[in-house]
Amino acid sequence: MVIEAEGKTFAALNSEVRACEDSEILIKNCVGQRYIAAGLSKKSLAIEGTPGNALGAYLNGAKILLRGNAQEATGDTMNGGEIVVCGNAGDATGYAMRGGEIFVRGDVGYRCGIHMKAYKEHKPAIVVGGRAGSFLGEYQAGGILIILGKDVKGSPVGNFCGTGMHGGEIYLRCNALPKLLPAQVKAERLESLPEGKVKSLVQKWCELFKEQESEFLNSSYFRLIPNSENPYKQMYTVN
Amino acid sequence: MSMYIQPEYEVIRNEQRCINCRACERQCANEVHFFDPKTGKMNTDDAKCVNCHRCVCICPTHALKIVRSDDTYKVNANWSKQTINEVYKQADSGGVLLSSMGNPNPLVSFWDKMLINASQVTNPPIDPLREPMETQVCLGKRTAKIERDASGKLKNTLLPHLELKVPIMFSAMSYGSISYNAHASLARAAQELGTYYNTGEGGLHKDFYKYGKNTIVQVASGRFGVFKDYLENAAAIEIKMGQGAKPGIGGHLPGTKISSDVAETRMIPEGVDAISPAPHHDIYSIEDLRQLVYSLKETTSYKKPIIVKIAAVHNVAAIASGVARSGADIIAIDGYCGGTGAAPTRIRDNVGIPIELALAAVDQRLREEGIRDEISIVASGSVRSSSDVVKAIALGADACYIGTAALLAMGCHLCRACQQGKCNWGIATQRPDLVKRLNPETASKNLVNLVTAWDREIQEMMGGMGINSIEALRGNRLMLRGIGLTDTELKVLGIRYAGESI
Amino acid sequence: MLLREGEFRNPSGCAIAGVIDRSGQSMNGEQIIEAISVMHERSNGLGGGFAGYGIYPHFKDFYAFHLFYEGATAQEETETFIKRHFEIVYFSEIQTRKLPSIQNEPLIYRYFLAPLPQKLANSHLDEREYVARCVNRINAQIKGAYVFSSGKNMGIFKGVGYPEEIGRFYRLEEYEGYAWTSHGRYPTNTPGWWGGAHPFGLLDFSVVHNGEISSYDANRRYIEMFGYKCTLQTDTEVICYIIDYLVRKRGLTLEETAHVVAASFWETIATKDAQAREQETILRRMFPSLLITGPFSIIFGYEGGLMALNDRLKLRSMICAEKGDRAYISSEESAIRKIEPDLDRVWAPAGGEAVVFELYKKEGEQKK
Repeated sequence: MVIEAEGKTFAALNSEVRACEDSEILIKNCVGQRYIAAGLSKKSLAIEGTPGNALGAYLNGAKILLRGNAQEATGDTMNGGEIVVCGNAGDATGYAMRGGEIFVRGDVGYRCGIHMKAYKEHKPAIVVGGRAGSFLGEYQAGGILIILGKDVKGSPVGNFCGTGMHGGEIYLRCNALPKLLPAQVKAERLESLPEGKVKSLVQKWCELFKEQESEFLNSSYFRLIPNSENPYKQMYTVN
Repeated sequence: MSMYIQPEYEVIRNEQRCINCRACERQCANEVHFFDPKTGKMNTDDAKCVNCHRCVCICPTHALKIVRSDDTYKVNANWSKQTINEVYKQADSGGVLLSSMGNPNPLVSFWDKMLINASQVTNPPIDPLREPMETQVCLGKRTAKIERDASGKLKNTLLPHLELKVPIMFSAMSYGSISYNAHASLARAAQELGTYYNTGEGGLHKDFYKYGKNTIVQVASGRFGVFKDYLENAAAIEIKMGQGAKPGIGGHLPGTKISSDVAETRMIPEGVDAISPAPHHDIYSIEDLRQLVYSLKETTSYKKPIIVKIAAVHNVAAIASGVARSGADIIAIDGYCGGTGAAPTRIRDNVGIPIELALAAVDQRLREEGIRDEISIVASGSVRSSSDVVKAIALGADACYIGTAALLAMGCHLCRACQQGKCNWGIATQRPDLVKRLNPETASKNLVNLVTAWDREIQEMMGGMGINSIEALRGNRLMLRGIGLTDTELKVLGIRYAGESI
Repeated sequence: MLLREGEFRNPSGCAIAGVIDRSGQSMNGEQIIEAISVMHERSNGLGGGFAGYGIYPHFKDFYAFHLFYEGATAQEETETFIKRHFEIVYFSEIQTRKLPSIQNEPLIYRYFLAPLPQKLANSHLDEREYVARCVNRINAQIKGAYVFSSGKNMGIFKGVGYPEEIGRFYRLEEYEGYAWTSHGRYPTNTPGWWGGAHPFGLLDFSVVHNGEISSYDANRRYIEMFGYKCTLQTDTEVICYIIDYLVRKRGLTLEETAHVVAASFWETIATKDAQAREQETILRRMFPSLLITGPFSIIFGYEGGLMALNDRLKLRSMICAEKGDRAYISSEESAIRKIEPDLDRVWAPAGGEAVVFELYKKEGEQKK
């Protein structure tokens, strides 16, 4: 079913999406409507235009394909499902994400994957084609962040990457470690991507955006992991 | 530096009464009591004692008491023993001082400086034992258009409300900071009382989904356990922006308290620290709050009221005005005496303002702006008795949250050692052997007793004022008079001095 | 020095009475004076007053302002203000009868006014709101001037004294109206200010009331959100504003208004039929802060009708009665019997039950 978004408030548009019986929905001419597919579990949405903030917040299994750029807080507290952004995504993409996958063709803003977690079979992942802003993976407690840095000159991430990180993994496709890595983070250099989940995520990203797999699988990466699950344990004294 | 700090309390055992049953030893998770085989007598290590009174209460021969040590440093009015000890601790460890429960310092309690009115002659008091007396209250937005159907009947244009049988709810305490049995007790009591308990930010245990109608779920910056079913299951959703005991800072549940069950409820890995960032990282400005409020409303199809909980800080009235315009239905304001499972001592004792002043300022500001109907107000942060509740409502609150009083009802002895995770009363601990000491059957009954008793007292006070609905008490500041207050304090509270006629 | 009315809160006990001829036949003010005089014991000589409806048939399309002035300066200033906002169709001093017991009366004037059309259009207000705001401006801003009546084809007459004396003072036997209400006051503070006597009026609405309500400050602080200013700090004033807000501004019916201000207890609502339950629940949830608790009996007068209402516990006495086209309301039955010994029906309405008596020709009209 095709839903025309032009002139609709977010409440009207979202209630139409919720009420729609078709499992496949195309939203056309989206401009700024927020919370699209919030908490949705089953449907598959394609969106043309520029949706508003909190696209796919609390997403619970639904799929979103966005043919355009996403704004802030995409996939906020997402629990499951998939968000594919064919352009760039804004700040706090995947904030507190617990499950599901986000694929971004271009860049992401500040604080991507902040406070991402993992839980039992839920292992969230964000794959970013271009560059990520500062505070990537801040407080990360689980899950996987992959920054491919395609066509990026210099570091594929901004400053303070992994501040407060206490779980999960960050993969950066680059030849030199970013400066100003915080003390909570350990880095290891990989000459190619290992078999398994990470590799298949990159393969999926290549397939989604029609990119050459070999270019991305056989590059050097840095893998960042926390050096403690309890980074702040020594900070306190009982009073 | 290695410095011995003389314990603040001493355990005194009456040798004649002690029968060496060793119950104290078994009951003390802090390992204060031990049997000395050489002397054949029980002995104690006062340094480990947190003064939780567990041993005193269970000793079958009442042989134990705990007294304040009379050990003293050279007396110095500026440098108290507590202050000196804190310096020693920090010099020794390099750590940030961490405390539990509300600020224990001798602070001004404005509740105690307000007096309640009663009817004499010009209008009658009402006897609540024989006449109807309404203490039930609805929380939520009251702004609604008057619309009529074809037959002229009013349409229900109101947004969803919370319905409380009593103007008291249990405030947010997370699973993790308190135990499974403590949560079970709160949930059961809320159900029986027709009120609500609050999950705090630690998620909702699967066993407690059945109490959903009486559950407020919290969405905090860590977003622990927040997902569609959690939100759907609740009666209301509370966005935690701040907490009275630690305004402006986040939370940190150490990995040692993240048992498999707590991990499952929070939906995080076991043993890994649960860190709540200071801000919500999708809220850096007031318009972002509106975004979070509406993302939650959209996700739950506008069926749940949204509460925004803030700490009482200097600019609280203006903040509340912003919250009232954010789409939130209820604002919870937590004063600086509020409790906590753990907070940096300096923050707890120095940041924020008293709930009484914050509440008065917020209620007045919202009225001046004409938006008091946009939002209901819940006050918390050291509501200690039914008279505190009455005063809060007369100042302008719709209802109160109680936390510490609820813990006391379950057996807490306010030893302020929650952060150590060895609560002998089975409340602030995850150790299974300690948790099982708290019987939800009994504890929920105690909670019901407490709130029922308070409700009765509230009715008595209302009856005395000639008011038979809590709705007519709300914001009725002529029912309060101040005593021992400055002109500025009276002005902020919006009340007159005792003896000033009406 | 004693503070003046409005500078302190002034609750009071009282007597109230009202009569309406539903066929629209006129009665002069004599009857209502007689009725209220029976309840002399309920007043203490510190306030009495009346409201008459249908008394200005020749000027029925104009707002009749009754004003107290403390001096010529206040009058000058007020008249300048009035001329800026209204066309003065006619004005004069209100004729009074000198009585030894009525002293220190202010200057008392009456104006028949029509809003200046251009001013009204520029204000973007409806006419009634425009007039109400002008009244508020005079009362709040001009020292020594007080508008105590501002409706069309109705008038309030009040002052310090026993009500029967006030009635004679104003020569009410010379006025003819289809409805009258009256009030004898027993205030618990002793102000002796004419503006503080009752009825309290706003446009064609008037309220007389008996009892000291316990919800006063909750009601006041709420209603002041909507542009009202409770300058007199009396129960009557806040009750009048509440009714004005609910009826005029929010469009509730009088019965619905009664379900707000004297709402049934929740447990009573639970026993009602589904429709009543739903309607009353909506009203209580929308306007909880307008519930009035504590004792009150009121007579609310408006163009074409009177409403009697008791608090929900019925803590004040109030009797309704009918004889032919005439309907009566009073604190005590004796006051009604005094002017109509032979009644068709006499009853005491239940607490919270609104009793509405309207002109027959009004009942057919669409209610606001």
